[in-house]
Amino acid sequence: MNEKVINNPLEDEAIYIFREVAGQFEKPVILFSGGKDSITLVRLAQKAFYPAKIPFPLLHIDTGHNFPETIEFRDQLVEELGLELHVHFVQDNIDAGNVQEESGKYASRNILQTDSLLQAIEKHGFDACIGGARRDEEKARAKERVFSVRDDFGQWDEKNQRPEVFDMLNGKIDFGQNVRIFPISNWTELDVWSYIQQEKMEIPSIYFAHKRKVFERDGMIWSAHDEYVFREDDEIVTEKIVRFRTVGDMSCTAAVESLAFDIDKVVEEIAASTISERGARIDDKRSEAAMEKRKQQGYF
Amino acid sequence: MKENKNKVLKLSTAGSVDDGKSTLIGRILYDTHSLTDDKLEAIERSSKQKGYDYLDFSLATDGLVAEREQGITIDVAHIYFSTPNRSYIIADTPGHVEYTRNMVTGTSTSQVSIILIDARKGVIEQTKRHFFINNLLRTKEVVVAVNKMDLIDFDEEKYDAIVKEFKKLVGAAEYKDQNITFIPVSALHGDNVVEKSKNLDWFKGDTMMEHLENIRLEDIQEETKARFQVQTVIRPKTDEFHDFRGYAGKLKGGELKVGDDVTVLPSGRKSQIKSISFFDQQYLSASKGSSITITLTDDVNVSRGDLIVKSEELPLESKTIMAKICWMDNLPLETASTYFLQHGVKRVKSKVKSINHKISTDNTGEIEKVSQLYMNDLGLVEIQLAQALHFDAYAENKENGAFILIDTKSNTTAGVGFIE
Repeated sequence: MNEKVINNPLEDEAIYIFREVAGQFEKPVILFSGGKDSITLVRLAQKAFYPAKIPFPLLHIDTGHNFPETIEFRDQLVEELGLELHVHFVQDNIDAGNVQEESGKYASRNILQTDSLLQAIEKHGFDACIGGARRDEEKARAKERVFSVRDDFGQWDEKNQRPEVFDMLNGKIDFGQNVRIFPISNWTELDVWSYIQQEKMEIPSIYFAHKRKVFERDGMIWSAHDEYVFREDDEIVTEKIVRFRTVGDMSCTAAVESLAFDIDKVVEEIAASTISERGARIDDKRSEAAMEKRKQQGYF
Repeated sequence: MKENKNKVLKLSTAGSVDDGKSTLIGRILYDTHSLTDDKLEAIERSSKQKGYDYLDFSLATDGLVAEREQGITIDVAHIYFSTPNRSYIIADTPGHVEYTRNMVTGTSTSQVSIILIDARKGVIEQTKRHFFINNLLRTKEVVVAVNKMDLIDFDEEKYDAIVKEFKKLVGAAEYKDQNITFIPVSALHGDNVVEKSKNLDWFKGDTMMEHLENIRLEDIQEETKARFQVQTVIRPKTDEFHDFRGYAGKLKGGELKVGDDVTVLPSGRKSQIKSISFFDQQYLSASKGSSITITLTDDVNVSRGDLIVKSEELPLESKTIMAKICWMDNLPLETASTYFLQHGVKRVKSKVKSINHKISTDNTGEIEKVSQLYMNDLGLVEIQLAQALHFDAYAENKENGAFILIDTKSNTTAGVGFIE
């Protein structure tokens, strides 16, 4: 028997939020990308409801441009924890002519995810979507609530948000509305990595240093995967030892050169880093307000 | 190492428009090396574009397009940084008079409040409001940063006069137990924010960061009784945990131990704590803030919103409450209108019985008879509840003495209340 529960305020807060989701909503879902933040969410949900199973399914919006390592990891985790997984493919939406694929050098399917997400919400009637977004990632996200109410079109009205006082969370909504929920709002990138280290959690191998075929553009390292990522003829492919700090699509995530082969080294590297995590997100470089615009339209 | 990582100090900032609040935060981030190269480059670029010959640190915090366009902060932003000592979370709250609700919001979740004063203007109407709200919410640690000292030539006498003026507010305040620390700073140039200033060598106190680093969490936590509100009942129904019936919640105040005699409210049923667990580990005790799961020795009926307390430490019980309300909605609060009252995680129907009076937030404590409370108003209100509430006065236990009012039509959080 252990003496006294050791407080970890960030963990306690995230568990509290998960339990509020269970208490306040009919049909919640965890948005799961296979990235480190969503893996952390699943771990926290496990802790919140133990010894019962996580009472929510997972939803993955699959752009088709994922790193195969992430998908493998996702399926393994779902199997291990006996969870239900819904996958919605952006490709289906493109084929049906609902959305149009971007073209050109910087083409990415990142923005196209929004439509698929909104369709999935409507199809399954999800009233709460739990996501791993953190306020420290990006300045529009710094203004986000823990319970972020979206209208029938999934839109974020940043100037008219519900005040969140003390730890009281108000998830009351009308039929057709949904709430985006962010249990790790107050975590920093380093908090997430330290937690992964402390909990000895498994994460996809692409987060650790590995050899990869890459090319350089605009001072960033892109994965050379011609099927998904457009490459000019003069953009030469080389092999480098890299890892990913953030994992989105191949077409919107840049790699960093690194020799961090294990979690201890990754934590050290992040603690000493002078570049922000989102600095490796090509999608955020589009404009100063890139994230705010996406969120207004229903992005998480 | 692990304990350090778990130390978080939550700050909130309050200042009027142009007091340099965002600049102060930007300065803290810059001088603690918390701004990454890419963010710093973005600030340099934007500052140059705007034709400034200094770095506009407010660009580090103003996140929305409208904020950058107007050069003001609209909504509460959360900013994160850490020192080798601990992590900090700043709730940056706007200071305009129309945004009092944001200040209450930011202050409610913080352990330390920083009030900014423009040294050229001294204690103004806004300062009084900021302090009043801090005092109303009973923030233990208050730092008064007298900013823009460079613009008054780092004049000690002028600074002393401001401190003296502020102390008059302190003398008239209702909650007397605050630790108030005054620091002269220049956020723009970095004097006394992180680094000691040569320009202010007459000031013998700590710099702002030194002061924050020295605040000990155990000193600012108030002694409270154990209050455990059930968020969800855990029933795994698996072979291994066939009869398991756990009550999950976050312990507010005090400490609970295995074997404690407890009472479940509202039913009043008595039992004992059989186990306390966090994830797959069992513990003998837990203290304030822990998100735990407990089981009881008896098979009593417990559901979401029920309050489990030690039998010798019962809270108050009533179907009518008196509370100070800070109103946050566009539609005013009116007598006889109904709201959902959310106390922690429990929601009950409620009706405004009467508005006793409106309280001036400028620290005079003046009262005025009114029939409505508008956004950013503060008033003493009597509320009638559909079911009895089990609560403490806000002065005794913040978390068990506060509530929100939810509009039954728009579902928005319309106000926050502090029970008398």
